[in-house]
Amino acid sequence: MSLSIEEIKRPENAVYGKPALLTDNVMHYCPGCSHGTVHKLVAEVIEEMGIQDKTVGICPVGCSVFAYNYIDIDWQEAAHGRAPALATATKRLCPDKYVFTYQGDGDLASIGTAEIIHACGRGENIVVIFINNGIYGMTGGQMAPTTLLGMKTSTTPYGRDAKLNGFPLVIADMIAHLDGTAYITRQSVHTAAAARKTKSAIRKAFEYSQKGIGLSFVEVVSTCNSGWKMSPVDANKWMVENMFKKYPIGDIKDVPGGK
Amino acid sequence: MVVLQAESETSSINMIYGGASCGKKVMTSSSSPGISLMCEGISYIAGAELPCVVVDVMRGGPGLGTIQPSQSDYNQIVKGGGHGDYHNIVLAPASAQDMYDFVDWGFELAFKYRNPVVILADGIIGQMMEKVEMHEMKPRRTAEEILKVAPWATTGKPATRERNIITSLSLDADIQEKFNRKLKNKYEVIEENEVKFSEYMTDDAEYVFVAFGCSSRICEAVVDELRSEGIRAGLLRPITLWPFPFSEISGLAKKCRSMMSIELNLGQMVHDVRLAANGECPVGFYGRQGGNIYTPEEIVGEFKKFNGLE
Repeated sequence: MSLSIEEIKRPENAVYGKPALLTDNVMHYCPGCSHGTVHKLVAEVIEEMGIQDKTVGICPVGCSVFAYNYIDIDWQEAAHGRAPALATATKRLCPDKYVFTYQGDGDLASIGTAEIIHACGRGENIVVIFINNGIYGMTGGQMAPTTLLGMKTSTTPYGRDAKLNGFPLVIADMIAHLDGTAYITRQSVHTAAAARKTKSAIRKAFEYSQKGIGLSFVEVVSTCNSGWKMSPVDANKWMVENMFKKYPIGDIKDVPGGK
Repeated sequence: MVVLQAESETSSINMIYGGASCGKKVMTSSSSPGISLMCEGISYIAGAELPCVVVDVMRGGPGLGTIQPSQSDYNQIVKGGGHGDYHNIVLAPASAQDMYDFVDWGFELAFKYRNPVVILADGIIGQMMEKVEMHEMKPRRTAEEILKVAPWATTGKPATRERNIITSLSLDADIQEKFNRKLKNKYEVIEENEVKFSEYMTDDAEYVFVAFGCSSRICEAVVDELRSEGIRAGLLRPITLWPFPFSEISGLAKKCRSMMSIELNLGQMVHDVRLAANGECPVGFYGRQGGNIYTPEEIVGEFKKFNGLE
């Protein structure tokens, strides 16, 4: 049995749609960028949990500085790297709210290391969504702390050299050692299956944040095809072959009862 | 009350940003070097038009400087401190009672104008012990009251309103300029309505001291001493450093022989006093630094030297 075009258009026959919480604003992200997909997943989770009126998001500085234009919830825009400090106060003063930060690696893993480490150390009951594409996307593709060894960026034109530039920071593994973290996972959104897993992880993190067991951290290993100077398809391939070796996909820590 | 020790002043001022974004009454305190770290955050708070109170108990600088009293952060706090065109509302306490009272007054102003308020104290005021008359505690605002006083706050978006976004970012030149002018208009209203100062024996004064904080108390003794010698001295104490009592000082400058700004620094407020005096009378300065504090006798000596009364 096949449906006519008119029948397909009927709401009861819809199998997929844009989440209502995703606004109609045209996204500024480059074609192929992972941000759009992760935004959609966050919007879907908030919508499905029915917590739009209980959620406060904290934007970073970086490409996702304008996340507040795209998801229809209350937002705070933080200074570079400081989102976990804003989230700390928001959650402590409004404990019934779901509070999450959305941060890239230039924000969280570089200028914001003190804030994320100490938010984890204090066991703040917040969600952190960490987009790791190994590069500063917004400012022109400079080396980030997460840039892989050998990876070419505008500030490491011959490739990242450990002697000169040091080694990549593997933040999720670092904070897994801290007792204040409850759930740490590393996911990606380069295939439909991967995106579905990431969505489950985001939902779990949001649920954990109301259990008072500590910080939940969802790293999404992502592409920056513009910064990497690749086509979107090549960037996904390069990510699987290179980024996943340093940043393997899967759960790193899951302590449902907390420490 | 939620009290939290942050890992750094950078973090604490950003916690203040987060808490203020929720419409809560939030405050933090530090002394000078910590306040330098906070200045980035204070600029963001001014740019996002959030209410908060910051207490700066000044010590000597630059750098690590000293842990002794100082008033050397006048320029930093009164003129801004962080980047961008903005003003803190700056309150200068001169007693333990002021330290107590100014917190409530500070929150009142902060919420009235959606603006950061800095209580600019010094190491003497911060450490002295004095009798304080306490008022009845105000109850914590309920969620309903917060919605009323801070409808802009990120309290979770119901279906009945647009989303609230707390940000200081605008990439459009025209929009940013419009916002800067909106701030300017707000600052003009504050300058019009919130100047506070006190005067001591200025009615018939031929010589006027201008001093704030602990220096204003020392200068009261200076005025008494000079009056006992038959010299008609008076004191104007700015209680708000921004907005600054320009017109009051300007009025006094037209009537007196000279003015002197007395500060625990190398001469910072004196520039505002000179602006206010606008050449109507000579304006002198005397200060001590490094944590040293002038005695009334010392100031009397400097006053006589400046005015040729020796």
